[in-house]
Amino acid sequence: MLKVSRSKLDNLLVPIFSIILGFVFGAILMLFFGYNPITAYEAMIMGVFGSPYFLGEALRQATILTFTGLGFAIAFKAGFFNIGVSGQLLAGWVSAIWVALAFPDLPRLVLVPLSIGAGVLFGAIWAGIAGFLRAYFGTSEVIVTIMLNFTALHTTNYIIRNILAVGNTTERISENASLRVGWLTDLTAGSRLNMGFFIAIVVVILYWIFMTHMTAGFEIRAVGLNPFASTYAGMSAKKNIILSMVISGALAGLGGAIHGMGTFGNLFTQNALPNIGFNGIAVALLGLGNPIGIFFSSILFGVLDVGAGFMPNRAGVPDEMASIVIAAIIFFVGANYLIRLVLNKVSTNKAVQNEGGE
Amino acid sequence: MAQTANVIEMIGITKEFGTFRANDDVHLDVKKGEIHALLGENGAGKSTLMNILSGLLEPTSGTIKVNGQEVQISSPDVANKLGIGMVHQHFMLVDKFTVAENIMLGKEKHRFGFIDAKEAEKDVQELSDRYGLKVDPKAEIASITVGMQQRAEILKTLYRGADILIFDEPTGVLTPQEIDELMGIMKALVKEGKSIILITHKLDEIKAVADRCTVIRRGKSIDTVEVATTSQQELADMMVGRSVSFKVDKKPANPQEPVLVIKDLVVKEARGFDAVKKISLEVKAGEVLGIAGVDGNGQSELIQAITGLTKVDSGTITLDGKDITNLKPRHITETGLGHIPEDRQKYGLILPMRLEENISLQTYYQKPYSKNGFLQHDKVKEQAKRLIKEFDVRTQSEESPAAALSGGNQQKAIIAREIDRNPSLLIAAQPTRGLDVGAIEYIHKRLVEQRDNGKGVILMSYELDEVMNVSDRIAVMYDGNIIAIVNANETNEKELGLLMAGVSPEKAHEEVKKETGKESESFVESK
Repeated sequence: MLKVSRSKLDNLLVPIFSIILGFVFGAILMLFFGYNPITAYEAMIMGVFGSPYFLGEALRQATILTFTGLGFAIAFKAGFFNIGVSGQLLAGWVSAIWVALAFPDLPRLVLVPLSIGAGVLFGAIWAGIAGFLRAYFGTSEVIVTIMLNFTALHTTNYIIRNILAVGNTTERISENASLRVGWLTDLTAGSRLNMGFFIAIVVVILYWIFMTHMTAGFEIRAVGLNPFASTYAGMSAKKNIILSMVISGALAGLGGAIHGMGTFGNLFTQNALPNIGFNGIAVALLGLGNPIGIFFSSILFGVLDVGAGFMPNRAGVPDEMASIVIAAIIFFVGANYLIRLVLNKVSTNKAVQNEGGE
Repeated sequence: MAQTANVIEMIGITKEFGTFRANDDVHLDVKKGEIHALLGENGAGKSTLMNILSGLLEPTSGTIKVNGQEVQISSPDVANKLGIGMVHQHFMLVDKFTVAENIMLGKEKHRFGFIDAKEAEKDVQELSDRYGLKVDPKAEIASITVGMQQRAEILKTLYRGADILIFDEPTGVLTPQEIDELMGIMKALVKEGKSIILITHKLDEIKAVADRCTVIRRGKSIDTVEVATTSQQELADMMVGRSVSFKVDKKPANPQEPVLVIKDLVVKEARGFDAVKKISLEVKAGEVLGIAGVDGNGQSELIQAITGLTKVDSGTITLDGKDITNLKPRHITETGLGHIPEDRQKYGLILPMRLEENISLQTYYQKPYSKNGFLQHDKVKEQAKRLIKEFDVRTQSEESPAAALSGGNQQKAIIAREIDRNPSLLIAAQPTRGLDVGAIEYIHKRLVEQRDNGKGVILMSYELDEVMNVSDRIAVMYDGNIIAIVNANETNEKELGLLMAGVSPEKAHEEVKKETGKESESFVESK
């Protein structure tokens, strides 16, 4: 029993420690270049939490990160590194907007689920391709998803320019396809926070139920932990590879749909793959694959992202510096394996010393 | 002065991991030029003690003296310098390197940064001549026998100047003939003035080579005895802490209809060679069929083909009258197969998962453990608790990860899971590998119980004793073929050993007859 509570404690301590270390390192960087870290962090935190608008924006960002984080996490649980979350998000985004633009007059109760469904479906297909190739031809899902990222990027840009729009930006979707609701917008002083936030909370709960209470989730976990024993026990490796990738892509596609229908209300050509997809990887790793952990780490990332914008104006820290500080924090968060190692070392040393003293 | 003759003295060694005492005031002294056996059950603390001696772990308290000098063995390097060398159970060799390259690894002879292979080969040759360890320095590790790999491993420790050699369960992977050779090598080494610590739980090996034996039980050193004046039974009882029986207590078999019929089975291994070459075999309800043979003669592939883990190239497999050739593992399992896999940690368990989840690994998707796609955690827990009790699986709780259990208890959990489904055929591959006498006794009892309940049992093992003790009939595999099937009570170790080495049944039979001078009617069938 002692052991169990100890590792649970570690699971909480390690991320917190990582975050603190990231902030400290960021502070040292700022000091080194002659900026005041305290004013910078104060600007960041007060900027977000001091205004309902920016808090709303941070939560809006966290919403999308929750989806990309969960998407990455489920493939990771099954033993796959889905680096294509970003492309799958884009696939979901473009298909949701496409459906929304195609049927602008459908009633809201029909159009919203229909558009979201399209996003989920195409995200799932996009990742499913990698899963299928992996299951039947043994191709590396890392390489395939990276390539599908670029395919998604350029296909999306092509579709915008040639089908959906005249220039680089589509029209706005109709009210009937929007996820924005008046009371949320009012509550957060006009931010883009939308119904997607609540969808995210529901999905977090569903994800948890799926992984811990359903046989399909049990199989995905089993295959990820030991594919040999899972095959021995009659689970189909192929089925679980494809299933986990499909769910992974569906979650990313859902994130994309909500990004389109909630955050922007339209679609525009992208110069590069959306960062929010890649940050989902960091979110999932910080949350240690636990859906509730992922939800909270998304909020942290949302706050960092939005808060960084305040550092230049209010603390005189240039944009580039702010980005480096945020990157440093993310780096330490990602390096939590290292921190785990250090924590372990410290605690065993302590134990040895204590025993030696007896 | 008797004291000075001790090359190793470990006095009052205690090692704690958290609240758990792996070693509790252990005493061990090894005399110069002796083979000292260290006997104990799995998890008794033998490995911990030896890891302390070889510098991998530091003791919580206690003193170590090497040649009378008190020392702090803070790292494997220090142990090396003190002349302590370990011959690992799982060889630490690089497959693609030659014997000589492996031996000099980390201590390469070089000239201006270029490795001097000739010089190294010469050194290795010298060493191998001196100790009578036959190896070819230029041979690639991957291409030589396990016995020779082990000799390379021994040479490696000698090359590093070891005077005290620790052998960690050295015979697990060897054939009977190779074991004999190893025993000879160990005796030659002590004659040359080396001292040996032999970690084992095999009593006959201790009787064969060891001078003295220290018994460890639950982290405590129980006693050190002269091997010559102590019987195997006494050693076993000391190790387990109660009276153990060696002989598997079983009634004569009552074989019935065949449950498994294999016809002309061909199985290819990964590289495309035939690993199983047109085998035909029958297992009857109510019998234990042993499969004997040296590792790598097609036994593993045969079992993987029956269980659906490997594709069958041609031929048919029928279980309970149903054709199961090339069906999915789950389908075969549901037809009536229980499988205790050879590599229990790779195939048998998902180590990081809870014990209860592991126990439900074959049934989690069925009622009542699952309803409409939802796991019924309470039912899973109930089943786990019942089996843990019934099969005496020792664990803190059913929620502990499988990795936290000792090898014997992990195996008991697998056996519980497989037997509880009451399969018409139970395949046990190497079911007692690495387990201690107590656990072995238990597992054998369970296998025979299955047989007595009218089920078919296949026992695949590289241990001759085990195959002979538990089986009713024994199929010997050599080079992908079953070269003979003999009745267990009409054969002996010598004959089986010859068959395993590929000697034709007639010849093996002849040899044995010549030696024992008596006729034995051992051949039921031969191919």
